[in-house]
This record gives sequence, C-alpha cells and structure tokens, in this order.
Amino acid sequence: MEDMLFYDRLQFAFTITFHYIFPQLTMGLSLLIVFFKGKYLRNNIEKYNDAAKFFMKIFAINFTMGVVTGIPMEFQFGTNWAKFSELTGSVIGQTLAMEGMFSFFLESSFLALFIFGEKLMGQKLHFLTGFLVFLGSWASGWFILATNAWMQHPVGYEILDNGKFVLENFSALFSNPWLIPAFLHNQLASVVTSSFVVASIGAFYVLRNKQTEYGKLFLKTGVIFGLVSSLLVAFPTGDWNAKNVAKYQPASFAAMEGIFETEVAGAEIVLIGQPNMVEKKLDNKIAVPNILSFLTYQEWDRQIPGMDHFKKEELPDNIPALYYSYHIMVGLGTIFIGVMFLSAFFLWRKKLYNIKPLLWTIMFLVPFPYIANLTGWYTAELGRQPYLVYGLLRTADGISPTVSSGNTLFTLLGFVALYMLLGLLFLVLVGKTINEGPKPQTH
Amino acid sequence: MELFWYLAIAIVLTMFFILDGYDFGTGIIHLFFAKEEKDKEVITKSAGLFWDSNEVWLVAAGGMLFMAFPTFYASVFSGFYLPLILVLWLIIFRAIGLELRGQFKFQMWKDIWDASFGVSSLLLALFFGIALGNIVRGVNLGGVEKGESVYEGHYFFLPLWDSSFSPLSKTPGVIDWFTIVIGIISVVTLAIHGANWIILKTNSSINKKLKGVILKLNIVLATLTIFSLIVWKIINPNSFDNFIDKPYLLVFPIIYLTGLIGLFFVKKLKKDIYSFALSCLLIIGGITSSLASLFPILLPSVNTVNEPLTIYNTAAPEYGLSVAINWGIIGFILLFVYMIIQKRLMGGKIDTMDYGH
Ligand code: HDD
Ligand code: HEM
Ligand code: HEM
Repeated sequence: MEDMLFYDRLQFAFTITFHYIFPQLTMGLSLLIVFFKGKYLRNNIEKYNDAAKFFMKIFAINFTMGVVTGIPMEFQFGTNWAKFSELTGSVIGQTLAMEGMFSFFLESSFLALFIFGEKLMGQKLHFLTGFLVFLGSWASGWFILATNAWMQHPVGYEILDNGKFVLENFSALFSNPWLIPAFLHNQLASVVTSSFVVASIGAFYVLRNKQTEYGKLFLKTGVIFGLVSSLLVAFPTGDWNAKNVAKYQPASFAAMEGIFETEVAGAEIVLIGQPNMVEKKLDNKIAVPNILSFLTYQEWDRQIPGMDHFKKEELPDNIPALYYSYHIMVGLGTIFIGVMFLSAFFLWRKKLYNIKPLLWTIMFLVPFPYIANLTGWYTAELGRQPYLVYGLLRTADGISPTVSSGNTLFTLLGFVALYMLLGLLFLVLVGKTINEGPKPQTH
Repeated sequence: MELFWYLAIAIVLTMFFILDGYDFGTGIIHLFFAKEEKDKEVITKSAGLFWDSNEVWLVAAGGMLFMAFPTFYASVFSGFYLPLILVLWLIIFRAIGLELRGQFKFQMWKDIWDASFGVSSLLLALFFGIALGNIVRGVNLGGVEKGESVYEGHYFFLPLWDSSFSPLSKTPGVIDWFTIVIGIISVVTLAIHGANWIILKTNSSINKKLKGVILKLNIVLATLTIFSLIVWKIINPNSFDNFIDKPYLLVFPIIYLTGLIGLFFVKKLKKDIYSFALSCLLIIGGITSSLASLFPILLPSVNTVNEPLTIYNTAAPEYGLSVAINWGIIGFILLFVYMIIQKRLMGGKIDTMDYGH
C-alpha cells in the first residue's frame, strides 16, 4: 500500500513536471507571436513577419511535445488515481471536459491553419488564426487552473454519504477565490519563460554576429516583455497568491515560509536557512524581523501561526522540499527583476547590444524561468499535501485500488526512458532551428 | 440525462475513429505499400496535417467520460492499466513519427520516423480493436475468486494475457484469441479507410493499386466479420437479444453491411469520395452495432456476483450532467464551425496545394 502510493505519486510528479516544461512556452510564446504578427500587419516591415514565422517553427516543435506528454496526463487520473476520479469526477470532470471542448479543439484546429495557411488566407486571416491559437492555449491554462484551484480550495460541492463529491454550483468553480490570482500569476510566469527564450536567442545572434538584425529585435522585445512580466509576477500576483495560501492553507504557509515557532510579536521573513526537521529549526538562518507579517497582512506585529501550531497530520509531508521550492521560486523571481531591469536600462541608453557580459548572462539565464515555474508548482502541490482535495480527501485514499506497485514502477520506468528520448529530440530540433535562424523571404 | 451523455460520447468516439482512423489506416498502408520517397512524403503529409485536431476527439471523449460516468472511467482506466499505457506510448511514437520525419533531409532519419509512424499506427489499430473485444466479452468485475469479490464490485484488473489465451477462461486477459480477431478486424477496416483517404487526398502513384488492395482487404473483412459473430454468440449467448427486442436497432448492423457490400464495387464508383464514405459507414456501423448490442450496459461482468457496469450505475448525479449540457451544446456548435472552416480552407488534394511554406 505504502509503495503503491509512492510510485503513483512519483509517476504523476515526473510526467506532469515533464509536461509542464512545454505548455509554459506554448502559452507565453503564442502571445509574442501574436505580437510580432500584429506589428507586421501595422508596419508592414518583413522583419516582424519573419520573426513570427521563426518562432512559429519553435512553437510547433514545442507544441507537439506538449500534446504528446499531455495525453498521458488526461488518462492518468483514471489509470493511477481511480478512486480520486470516481469520487470527484462529477466536479472536476466539468473543467477537464471543458478544456478539451473549448481549448484543445480551438488550438489544434487553427494551429494547422496558422502553420500551413499563410498563402491560402492572406495576412489578416493569418493573424486571426494565430490569435485563436493564443486564445486556445490560454483557455487551456484557465480550465486546468480551475481544476487545480478546486483541489487547493474546494467550492460549490456537496459530499454524499458514500464519500462522493457532487457538484452543487457550477459557477462557483469559476468564481473560486483561488482561481484568478493563480491564473494570472501562472500566465505571467509563462510570459516570463517565453520572453527569456526570445531574449536569449537574440543575445545568441548578437554575440555570434550573425543574423544580428533579428538578434536585436528579439533582444529588445524579450527584454521589454521580460521586465514587465517579471515585475507583475512578483507584484501583485505572487503577493496575492501568498495571501491566499496564508488564508486558506495556513499550515502550508508556515511550512513554505519555514516558520517553525509562532512568534507573538510578528513573523520574520526568512531569506536563507536549511530546515532541520529533527530539532525543528532553521540552521544558518538569515532573516529580517516582522517583514512577513507586514507583507501578508500589512501589520508589523500581526501573529502568524508557525508549524508548532498544527497537528502532524495536517502538515505537508515533505517540508524541506516545500520550503526550498518556494524559496527558489521567489529567489529567482528577484534575480529576474534585477537582470531585466538592468538590461532595460541599457536598452534605453542604447548600449545593451555592446555589453557582452550582460548578453552572456541573458543567454545563459534561459533554464531558470523553467526552474522557477516548476518549483512554483512544487510549492503549490507539496503544500497541498497530505490532501488531494484540501482538507477533505487524503492523497492515500485517491489511488487506484487494483493497480499494483510493480505495474506502476514498470510504466514509470517506461515513461522515464521515453521522455528522455523526447527531451533529447526536442533539444536537437530546437537547436537546429535556432542555428538556421529566421530566413529572410526569398520568393 | 445519462442517455444524452452516452450518445454524445458515442458520437465523439465514432468521430475519433473516423478522423484519426484514417491517420492510423494511412500509417498501415504507408508501412506496407509506399515504396518511393515521393509517395511516402505525400502520404505522411496527408496524415500529418490534421493528426492533432483528430486526436483531440479522443481527449474530448476521455474528458467527457470523466465528467459524465466517473465510476466507469475510474474502473476501466485502472482495470485496463497496462494496455492503456501502451496505447499512450504508441500515440507518442505515432505523433513524433509524423512531426519529425521532415525535420532532417537524410534518408536514415526519415526511415526511422516512417517506421515509428507505420508500426505504431498498426499497433494502435490492433489495440483499439482488442479494447472493443474486451468490452463486448466482459471482465471479471470485483476480481471474484471462489465466489467472493477481492475488490469493490466495480473495480477489476486485467493482466495482458492469461496462459490459456482463451476468452472462455475464468480469468480472461486483455489479449485472447477472440479479442485478437476483433483487433485484426479493426486493422483491416482502418487500412481500407486509410487507403480511401490516400486516394481521396493525394495524387500518389500507388492510388490505382490501392483500389485492388481495398478489394482484397474487404474480402478478408467479410470473412472475419462472419467468424467473429459466431464466436461472439458462443461467448456471450444473449449478445443479440437487444436486436430482437428492439428491431429498430438493426439500422446499425445495416449501416455496417452497406459499407461492406458497397466496397466490393470500389473500382466502379464514380467519385473517390463515395468509397471514403463507405469506409466511414463501416466504422460507424461497427462501433454503433457493438454499443447497441450491449446497451445500456457499458461493461459486462463475467461473474454472477457483481452487476455489470451500466450507464445508470456509473453516471454522475443529475445536476452536473444537466449544467454540462449547456456548455456541451455551445461546444459542439463551435466545433462544427471550426471543422467547416478547416475543410473550406484545406479541401482538395494535398500535394497540389500551395502552402507558402
Ligand atoms: C517564472 C516563474 C515564477 C516566478 C518568478 C514566481 N512564481 Fe510564484 N508560481 C509560479 C511561477 C513563478 C507558478 C508555476 O506559475 C505557480 C504554481 C501554481 C500557480 O498558479 O503558479 C506559482 C505559485 C505561487 C504561489 C502559490 C503556492 C501555493 O499554491 O501553495 C505563491 C504564494 C507564489 N507563487 C508566490 C510568488 C512570489 C511572492 C514570487 C516573487 C517573486 C513568485 N511567486 C515568483
Ligand atoms: C493544474 C493541474 C494539476 C493538477 C490537477 C494536478 C494534480 C495532481 C495530483 C492528482 C497529484 C497526485 C497526488 C499527490 O501526490 O498530490 C499531483 C502531484 C504532484 N503534482 Fe500536480 N497537478 C497539476 C499541475 C501540476 C504541475 C504543472 C506540476 C509541476 C510542474 C505539478 C507537480 C506535482 C508534483 C511535484 C506532485 C507530487 C507531489 C507529491 O507527491 O507530494 N502539478 N498533482
Ligand atoms: C494534470 C493536469 C493536466 C492534464 C490532464 C493536461 C492534459 C493535456 C492534454 C490532454 C493535452 C494535449 C491536448 C491536445 O491533444 O491538443 C495538453 C496540452 C496542453 N496543456 Fe496540459 N494538462 C495538464 C496540466 C497542464 C497545466 C498545469 C497547464 C498550464 C497551466 C497545461 C496547459 C496545456 C497547454 C497550453 C497545452 C497545449 C499544448 C502545449 O502547450 O504543448 N496543462 N494538456
């Protein structure tokens, strides 16, 4: 039983982590492609159309990977979490089915037209199909976050005697107070990823001294989008999410901030420190007093319950991982703001393209928004433990009763091998596309 | 209400097999008959344009099943655990085969992804047939041993096979000789469908030859169909009662027969679209007849301890099902609009189209 749960969780964590590498770029990049295409419609400068088409190629490869890793997600609710599906299907089946109906169909129908149809349709319609792809991918984020928001903060349901959750109020699923902040924060975070990708490719072209015309365009666009989205990710949306966690999941909040003991006169904010689960304290701590209370409640001496305040069964089961995930996300977010601010400043002073160290930094920064996004999700998901549906359904009670751990381990190993192959192919193909660069129109 | 969603999901699944079915069929034909690079290229292209939007029908069916019949979804997806995960892996290989072949120009690269596309299409067709075979045959619900359930009555777990490979075994596996026959029927049907698609959408040099292939496959199909009906009757003696009680259900087998008989005249048909329509009828008739023979059962039980799963004992409660109808109808209308736009813009033969790409 124990290791059934363990392998089910490991498989879910592995496959969703791999899946989420791709949609974050899909959602962010579709916005930037719409931006490039829209610019071209207005100013008719070929460069912008080339940029849109170039990123379309990367988008297409990324999208394929997202689709093929997404389908196992949709099926895993049934294969590995059968009891969870049986008990909650009436509620989150709604949002998942709507995602298929309203976003996947939209995205996939118009993507083929956007990729193949420029000549058939003319520029205006081509822009429109690109816009619909963007709309589809953001709708997908919306429905999946509505699903997740319900698991984090269940609303609009009723529980029957047999333990089944029954939908009682459909619109509550979408007016869930958890949803809007999570959606905005998540979408902006995916814009961060794509801006960094665009800027990084730009930096590469400028540093390599080839295709510099495009390089400069990508750098400029990436830095401007990157600065705005990095700022918005931290404030107001990150802050807003933190307030929600403090309000609805106080035990997770204490764990993710690393507050072991409740302090009467206001909580400190921890910058650095390693959770020591035996002595129940942080080793090598650097903290600033009272800031956390202020950030969360705008009151310097507001008391925030620490982990000592909760029973063991209510606390997340992997506190150090939760704590690190959260601090990595916030730490990286702070660094992003710094780098993008600096870059934007030099862009404004027209010096950016000549400052080599900064260009190298931008180029090599590209894995970090991915890490920030994934650790953000780890924060959310580890914080939700030990529940699948917060406060109501325990993770251990959601697994498939008939699937043995041997079978799950077998399929997990298969997914690991297959996804390694996919990852390798993805890197090779994107590398090749970047190396070829955007081709100027020849016909 | 249950009935509405049952029909909706049946329609979505049938659409999946018609649309993605031609992609699988194209893969099978590609594997066995496409020899020249030019043909290989147009054939993969004819499948490559829309595989993604076709596959979404499967995702949508999954989502709707989760929403409308959560108990069935949970039971079947965990019970058929291994074959389902195999299908997922095959779907991955099919998709990357199509998407990656054109990325590099050298031959070895193309050969690898052609094989990936062809073999996984073939196996997918086989597995989907095997799945249908399992559903009509039934499973050991509750994992009954010595007259007692091991699990809750609506759960089960099937190994890939049982050493006897027989559908009549007490504990049948996923793969037995009956489900294999249904699997082969599915492969043959989809191969015919795929060949029709290639003839319809391309000017490949093997189009003439493919008509002959269709004719031969159709003979195999007719033979296998008769054989499987006899076996089916033996395994599940009251499997045709529904058609006797409600004779109007006979339209479904008639649809199938129309397709089957019509395809014997494939060389005489005036337009390519007619024979494509006939293989659509085969698919529609095949799926709907199987579903109609079971209705309202979704998954029969091979023991007498536990009840079969039906649309009534696995459905989500009333309220959820009825709000979902509202968005479901809007969704279907939108879907229809997308499909019309797609077909208007991308109709005609694929290899003579100019994409500006
Ligand atoms: C580029 C990525 C990125 C960056 C820089 C940040 N975040 Fe974030 N964060 C995410 C990407 C992300 C995410 C992956 O998008 C999450 C996971 C779930 C969600 O809705 O968004 C998330 C969730 C998330 C949560 C919810 C955790 C839970 O549900 O338990 C909080 C409280 C924050 N973030 C707070 C912040 C703060 C205060 C940041 C300040 C810099 C910050 N995030 C930067
Ligand atoms: C929004 C859609 C999502 C839903 C509905 C969802 C649902 C789930 C479920 C059912 C589990 C298994 C049970 C458990 O261990 O808690 C899980 C675990 C997990 N998910 Fe998510 N998830 C979503 C998004 C994500 C994303 C995007 C990521 C990361 C990139 C992620 C990371 C994880 C991790 C790391 C675990 C394992 C946590 C643990 O086992 O302690 N999730 N999630
Ligand atoms: C456990 C939760 C999840 C499930 C069940 C799931 C399911 C799927 C499926 C089935 C697809 C393929 C659709 C197609 O065939 O076109 C897909 C792709 C996609 N998913 Fe997920 N997904 C999950 C998590 C997420 C999360 C957390 C996000 C973003 C917030 C997301 C955003 C997307 C997007 C934008 C696509 C389009 C393809 C791509 O971007 O690569 N998904 N997902």
